[in-house]
Amino acid sequence: MSWEPVIGLEVHVQLKTRTKMFCRCELAFGDPENTHTCPVCLAHPGTLPLPNRQAVEWTIKLGLALGCEIAARAVFHRKHYWYPDLSKGYQISQYDEPLCTNGTFRVPTEDGDHDVGIVRAHLEEDAAKTRHLEGAGGRIVGATRSLVDFNRGGTPLVEIVSQPDIHSAEQAKSFLELLRQTVVELGISDAEMEKGTLRCDANISVREPGGPLRIRTELKNMNSFRFIARGIDAEIARQIEIYESGGEVTQETYDFHAATGELTLHRTKEEAEDYRYFPEPDLVPLEPEPELVERLRGELPELPGLRLRRLERELDFYAATVLVTGGLDRLYEQVPGDRRAVANVLMNQLAGRDPAEIDPGELGKLIEARDRIPRTAFDDALANGIGKPGAADAYLQDTAIADTSELEPVIERILAANEQEVAAYRGGKESLIGFFVGQVMKETAGKANPQAVNELLREKLRP
Amino acid sequence: MIDTLRLTAEAAAGLIERREVSAAELHTAYLAREDDVHAYLCTTEYAEGEGVPIALKDLITTKGVATTAGSKILEGYIPVFDSTVARRCKDAGLPLLGKTNMDEFAMGSSTENSAYGPSRNPWDPTRVPGGSSGGSSAAVAAGLAPWALGSDTGGSIKQPAALCGVVGLRPTYGTVSRFGIVAFASSLDQVGPITKTVRDCARLYEIIAGRDPADSTTVDLLEPVEIPNATDLKGLRIGVPRELNEAEGIEPGVADSVAATIDLCRDLGAEVGECSLPRSVDYGLACYYLIAPAEASSNLARYDGVRYGHRAAGAKELDELYERTRSEGFGDEPKRRIMLGTYALSSGYYDAYYAQAQKVRTLIAQEHAALFEHFDLLVSATSPTVAFPLGARTANPIAMYLSDVLTIPSNMAGLPGLSIPCGLSEGLPVGFQLVGPQFSENLLFRAAHALEQTLEFDFVPGRLK
Repeated sequence: MSWEPVIGLEVHVQLKTRTKMFCRCELAFGDPENTHTCPVCLAHPGTLPLPNRQAVEWTIKLGLALGCEIAARAVFHRKHYWYPDLSKGYQISQYDEPLCTNGTFRVPTEDGDHDVGIVRAHLEEDAAKTRHLEGAGGRIVGATRSLVDFNRGGTPLVEIVSQPDIHSAEQAKSFLELLRQTVVELGISDAEMEKGTLRCDANISVREPGGPLRIRTELKNMNSFRFIARGIDAEIARQIEIYESGGEVTQETYDFHAATGELTLHRTKEEAEDYRYFPEPDLVPLEPEPELVERLRGELPELPGLRLRRLERELDFYAATVLVTGGLDRLYEQVPGDRRAVANVLMNQLAGRDPAEIDPGELGKLIEARDRIPRTAFDDALANGIGKPGAADAYLQDTAIADTSELEPVIERILAANEQEVAAYRGGKESLIGFFVGQVMKETAGKANPQAVNELLREKLRP
Repeated sequence: MIDTLRLTAEAAAGLIERREVSAAELHTAYLAREDDVHAYLCTTEYAEGEGVPIALKDLITTKGVATTAGSKILEGYIPVFDSTVARRCKDAGLPLLGKTNMDEFAMGSSTENSAYGPSRNPWDPTRVPGGSSGGSSAAVAAGLAPWALGSDTGGSIKQPAALCGVVGLRPTYGTVSRFGIVAFASSLDQVGPITKTVRDCARLYEIIAGRDPADSTTVDLLEPVEIPNATDLKGLRIGVPRELNEAEGIEPGVADSVAATIDLCRDLGAEVGECSLPRSVDYGLACYYLIAPAEASSNLARYDGVRYGHRAAGAKELDELYERTRSEGFGDEPKRRIMLGTYALSSGYYDAYYAQAQKVRTLIAQEHAALFEHFDLLVSATSPTVAFPLGARTANPIAMYLSDVLTIPSNMAGLPGLSIPCGLSEGLPVGFQLVGPQFSENLLFRAAHALEQTLEFDFVPGRLK
């Protein structure tokens, strides 16, 4: 029997505003603990939240990029739970009147567009960070001491909830990668999973194709795109196994442990918390002016999904995806030269680099000369010499010696000086070719084209 | 010799202005009186300011001065910041006399719920001063402060002002900043003045009112505050809501005094007519006791022993830390309301309780708004009874809750209300409540001042004369 996975994602994105969501403490990553706190984010008695306008505007912008409707009236709610990372005993979040609803996020795939419905995107505040000492695996159970760092407490956080329109781990990964790139290009978040500025939970169930939806489980704490895919696959496999052995899946929450590939129970439905949501009485509803929404709509850049399709026509789907989700496609379009060669260099050698530090013209010159200069010079130039106009020239002057007339006398000289090795080679010890290439490179101070040297040597050494 | 029992804030300001007395000397004079009614939880030495000194209810956050909200859970908590109203008082040069006693987290109508022991009524120390701003009202009535600030959620300014024979204003919701006011029920809490005269009340309101960028629920005043001079009520249409004036439990002495004052309104030129607030009075109290505890259960969640205030010693687990800290730190009334409120907000009950109460609250506001198409002001008694003996209602929460039956309806509608003393019943003060539309404080001051001038109520308690 075949099973169809049904997956919905909940994505949290930390906004990189200058200050926190409801107070004017500066946002800072990696500063000493509890150095960015005030009576408001520490929930001293009587303090009141004051919304961050920038965060509201950025959430609207993200909502527009996700094709959402922007509410004329959005309400903050209090969501209650007990934990030391939550200073007020409640998180200010949004509940039944969020800022952004009812969107569609189009993910291009090799077999057409995959439209993922967006239930909502809402604005809330992040919790502080806890550290448990001497507990098992850093958890509070068994810990002898727990420390709280409130620097992160109150960071603006957007929660994006997708429809259960995703049907494989691969689709989930594609959705997330494109979503991440969209967020990054809007300039509203670093969206780095390793830093926790992008986080993802997955709601997963399986069903007979076209059949009724079944019980879903929630998968939490996956901190890289790869782990998300692996975690989803593991949970799908677990559920299928349960059904196929005659069992029933129960509504539970799991943690995925990337190191072991294990799923462990986080909590059961019976332990599910009652958050006691009610409208935050300390805040008035958000009523974004239509003019503001239109202004923000006008500021939207061309979205990555569209650019991916455009690039696919020139290259192929895979290359287009890597370039766009790697944030390199705009650079790609500016670099002159053979399209495939440019794409390959960007994908294979410049992934992860900041495109702003690369001069497209210089990179083009370098790629054009790639076959004529030594490999080391090319790599060196990529690392150091493409920052500003003219920077690559020094490397380009370093043109490799591929000219036979230049190489021939050098090779003759080396063969004459190493008669024993020549004899050994001719006697069948062909691994000595490396030795001869090395000698030539040494003699030419690395400027010889290895390919040309190789060919010429084999010719001269032929018995 | 300064007669702090008689001296109004306005007169005190005059003394300072004419350099007959310094602010520091005035401060000393008030604190030299023996606090035999336990009005203060702490007093403060003169520090700065050339104005008339003031007492602040202990839920008003004061930088460097203990702020406990009458609770053990905040014992030893010294704020690192000033509330906006404390800051405005400082900016106006009002030296701080001290922090006044109150029911724990403003939950109560007698100050008997204070974790630090009850205050007493200056007119009769065997009786309560009302609450929750009982300490502020007792301080003003007993000559321990020329004026004070209290806070009002269900009647916590108006009711103790009535029971202590002083003037108390609950301002329009949103005109006075709540930043730094230890929260009880955020959508109802409002800080206001407690004074000897209506003119003092207007002067103090002028100091504290107005939009505060730190409180998004505040607004700019529609017009500047006017210090009243009126001596008549000509042209005013005054409504007498039947349900408020014929409510069960209104003592005959209170009813007589209020009826006489309504007659006086007519004499002073007002047009007086009967009217009706059926739903506001029938459902007001019930809705209040859903909304206020619901918000309180949320607002009090922050007292967890982690960051400040009381922390239970020796807890081994997180839940144990929470449970013991809160069990030890909160008194019975906060615990009762946390339970009520948690229940009302729980999944499956929210719609039937909290959401329904909010709808009724809208109806209450509409019912009041409809009356204000025909009337400028509504009047009634402030409290159904005069000050009751200590202990009389502590065993019966419902009886205690009924103390606020006349003040809650207009509070639920977000309306301003002013209580002035209008006479004595059994030798104890009776309060007269005037309620106006939103932002009608100036009108309330004018009308109350005219009545005050004619009533000539002597605010000095008989036993202290």
